[in-house]
Amino acid sequence: MATLIESTPDVERKRNFRFRSLTATYVKELGVKSLLGACAALSVLTTLAIVVVLFTEASRFFQADDVYCDAAVVEDGVSHKCGSFVATSTRDSAGTQVACSTCGKLHTMPAEVTLVGFLTGSKWQPLIGRESEKKFGVWALITGTLLVSVIAMCLALPLGLITAIYLSEYANAHVRATIKPTLEVLAGIPTVVYGFFALTVITPTLKTFHDGFNTFNAMAGGIAVGILCLPIVSSLVEDALQAVPRSLREGAYGMGATKFEVSTKVVVPAALSGIISAFLLAVSRAVGETMIVALCVGSRPQMSLDPRDDMQTMTGWMVQMVLGDVSNYDVEYLSMYAVAALLFLMTLALTFAGNLVRRRFREEYQ
Amino acid sequence: MKTSQPHPLERLAGKVQPRNRQFWDHAFRWMCVAVASISILFLIVLLISILYQGVSSLNWNFLVHYPEPNPTNAGIGPALWGTIWVCIVCGVFALPIGVATAVFLEEFQPRSKWLRRCHSFIQLNITNLAGVPSVVYGILGLTLFVSMAGQFGTAKEPYMSFGVKYYDQFLSAGERALLVPIEDPSMPATVVVPGMKALNNDGDWVEVNVVKSRRDMPRDDAGREYALVEGRSSGRIQKPSWYFFRLPFGRSVLAGAFTLMLVILPIVIISSQEAIRGVPRSLREAGLGLAATKWQVVRNVTLPAAIPGIMTGSILAMSRAIGEAAPILILAGAIFITSSPSSLMDDFTVMPLQIFDWASRPQHGFHQVAAAGIILLLGILFIFNSVAVLIRQFAHTKSS
Amino acid sequence: MNELETTMVSKPTTFIPPGDERDSNEKTIVIEMDEFSAWYGDFQALHHLKLAVPEKRVTSFIGPSGCGKSTLLKWINRMNDIVPTAHAKGTLRLPDIDILARSTDVVALRRRIGMVFQKPNPFPKSIYDNVAFGPRIHYAGLSRNDLDDLVEWALKKSALWEEVKDRLNQSALGLSGGQQQRLCIARAIAIGPEILLMDEPCSALDPASTDKIEDLIYEIRKQYTIVIVTHNMQQAARCSDRTVFFFEGKIVEEGPTRSLFTNPKSKQTEDYVTGKFG
Ligand SMILES: Nc1ncnc2c1ncn2[C@@H]1O[C@H](COP(=O)(O)OP(=O)(O)OP(=O)(O)O)[C@@H](O)[C@H]1O
Ligand SMILES: [Mg+2]
Repeated sequence: MATLIESTPDVERKRNFRFRSLTATYVKELGVKSLLGACAALSVLTTLAIVVVLFTEASRFFQADDVYCDAAVVEDGVSHKCGSFVATSTRDSAGTQVACSTCGKLHTMPAEVTLVGFLTGSKWQPLIGRESEKKFGVWALITGTLLVSVIAMCLALPLGLITAIYLSEYANAHVRATIKPTLEVLAGIPTVVYGFFALTVITPTLKTFHDGFNTFNAMAGGIAVGILCLPIVSSLVEDALQAVPRSLREGAYGMGATKFEVSTKVVVPAALSGIISAFLLAVSRAVGETMIVALCVGSRPQMSLDPRDDMQTMTGWMVQMVLGDVSNYDVEYLSMYAVAALLFLMTLALTFAGNLVRRRFREEYQ
Repeated sequence: MKTSQPHPLERLAGKVQPRNRQFWDHAFRWMCVAVASISILFLIVLLISILYQGVSSLNWNFLVHYPEPNPTNAGIGPALWGTIWVCIVCGVFALPIGVATAVFLEEFQPRSKWLRRCHSFIQLNITNLAGVPSVVYGILGLTLFVSMAGQFGTAKEPYMSFGVKYYDQFLSAGERALLVPIEDPSMPATVVVPGMKALNNDGDWVEVNVVKSRRDMPRDDAGREYALVEGRSSGRIQKPSWYFFRLPFGRSVLAGAFTLMLVILPIVIISSQEAIRGVPRSLREAGLGLAATKWQVVRNVTLPAAIPGIMTGSILAMSRAIGEAAPILILAGAIFITSSPSSLMDDFTVMPLQIFDWASRPQHGFHQVAAAGIILLLGILFIFNSVAVLIRQFAHTKSS
Repeated sequence: MNELETTMVSKPTTFIPPGDERDSNEKTIVIEMDEFSAWYGDFQALHHLKLAVPEKRVTSFIGPSGCGKSTLLKWINRMNDIVPTAHAKGTLRLPDIDILARSTDVVALRRRIGMVFQKPNPFPKSIYDNVAFGPRIHYAGLSRNDLDDLVEWALKKSALWEEVKDRLNQSALGLSGGQQQRLCIARAIAIGPEILLMDEPCSALDPASTDKIEDLIYEIRKQYTIVIVTHNMQQAARCSDRTVFFFEGKIVEEGPTRSLFTNPKSKQTEDYVTGKFG
């Protein structure tokens, strides 16, 4: 470093300044960098934790029908536990008990839980009847989730899309200054508020139009989730529309196209992948929505497409489980993890697809 | 040059007519206006209906009372304090970690191919975490923080704890409690034996007057004060100090705050990244050109320039945390809380959860207090968002 | 002595290249490259360059847009480290340091090689803090007084002192473009570099500010080795001692400015300096 000092300007040479030691700087740099890296690693750990927790607990659920025989057996004068797993595969519909094939002890027939039965079954009856009559067919819950999401999307997608087109193509600064904050406020309202709104305003309104609506119904939940998703759709779609290059619009206007033609025939098709990604992300949000459906959709799992009826969604089931007092080891409590794991996979697939499409779209225009 | 050909359309004259394009243009414009107004309509209806239902219940008592079973007396006090506790703790962890992650992802992009893959993997991971429903985070919190997967005992008999004293409590006549300090919470409950000593209400050691049976109880008040029947067993209580800590966390403020932290981390990270990305590249180059290290550039140049954006994003993330009910509902379950938390390990409830609790009851009176709670919640969120807007505007005027 | 000399050498005002009175061959070489090639991903931006930059001289890089001038400049102080796809081969060294070596400490390197960018990029801080930024992070034991002196010295050196001495604590963003660029130069020399790289420092400025910067370059070339990229032929001719002409990532011609402008060896150079293309 001596040469450096030589070459520094006269003023500095006079005053005999010292360069800071770079070693100290680098040690600090390394420390800071590792700290920041550790923070970033936390997000990976979170994902890992979600996957591990959901899937280990879910696997406990799927093993819940293996009955462990704890009968005391005396063999050669020594007492020990039987310890074998009782095969419940040979169940008959009437059987409420099952015998251990090794020692003959009778056990209560457990609920039948299999991965295939879970994923294909259409009856969800974990709380009624004898242990052996419990049914875990997740489609009854998926139906509820899908029905609510479809209603929500029927509301949010067209409204969000048109609002976005309006904001991006038509509205002047003045109108934008009213609608944008409104949407931001709507997006910032907690979901429990929407749930309350659905319960106390939407459902009574629906009832005045049509008597068939239940106190808890899928329609009100769907509408509330739709309002919730509307700002998400409109802001994502607007971003996509804004990303379409000006030149494309100018080209179309240059040919004498009207604003309507430019918007619907040029801008929207050009932003199509961005719009699709917005839709996918909104669907994922609707599928995972909890508080609204817990408040106003009810708790009757059924395979029905009647929006007037009460239903139960996947998230609704989880809420019912934590609110009830079932023990941590009960099969219905463990089913919560299986449902959560399924929900996680569904939303993961949707967000993944949405972000993939969006990335593709960004690459097109940047 | 040949003679000019007629334009193809001329041959079709009379057969094709210009389409009525202007009509569609106008119609579409009006439809847009109508649709865009729907969102305003939704907001107005929502606000008015909630104000209408809730405003009558909104008073000072409502702010300070605990959620009594009678809706006219019910208040949101503990939930308000719970929200404050949880959100402060959540912010203290989530904001620095989130900003640090954003800085790492934006400013410390590595050169080697392999590390770059790691980087983009983390990025992808964060985008996907942002899409995970909050209820799933609740389940994660329930397993990871509340019970710690059962690896560390239970909240009642924790694997480790400090800042808490356990007592076995005997109630003597006249609601006077006699306390016997307990070293190890897993010990069996104390039983009254002759000659035992206990702490009285003032915290002084006293000799317990052990009697053989209920009939031998002294008649006079002073004599009964420290009299207990032999063989009676006790109830275990705990007295936490403010720094009480234990593993597992139980359904405590800390568990709730950590869970909410996981919920809002992706939001903080993504908005901070956007703010950092908004800092012009030329400023960074200027810093590096002056031989500053990456961190020196971040600390002296990038972060100061990005701070308004980061703050706006953080405030929005915090308002998400304030309004989030699902994860807290999952990890706290149906609990009835009558007092505000006083340590990180206390049970708690938050405003959205209290609102949910009231809203899910059939009685109309509870719907009114729920609406009052919503007004308060929206009021707090409104203040938060106004601050965010102010910061944004301030930064805007400053930079232009 | 130095002051005297600079004031005596008057600045040429018309398009007359300065004389080659100071022959570069006598000078020590500070930046030396040989077979130097650089890539962005698969795209080769620089091809087998061989060049020697003399000490305490102004060397200008000219050439049509996209020919790799900035790329070379950015390799000299390793600014390309922040471009993930950038990589280079060959020799590029200072007398005592191999610039390209992995072990080279870029921070120490950039302390010796300052850089001024095309667009003025002052930090959104006060004028004082802008100049003090470098000294603060690089020097230990700097008192407030030392720092004041240093800032004053740097601002005087960059001919900005008179204009800003009363508003040192105001934001640098309030300065005009030309002032901002001079501030950037002040900021760069405040660290005390040996070499100053300037990438089109005047391209975003009006003629009056350009004039000031050229004066400044003329002033400080006694103390610094200056490499300047420019699209302005007059500028290259006016303020540089040696000129290097690039074309499509290769050095076409290189030599004393006067001979390159008045007597170019290659046809391409002649076309370019006479404005026939580029
Ligand atoms: N970050 C980068 N990534 C990929 N290619 C780049 C990058 N920077 C520059 N290039 C390419 O390298 C070549 C040389 O670029 P460079 O900026 O060095 O040109 P230049 O001579 O400075 O041009 P100008 O006079 O316009 O500034 C160009 O073809 C450019 O497209
Ligand atoms: Mg350039």
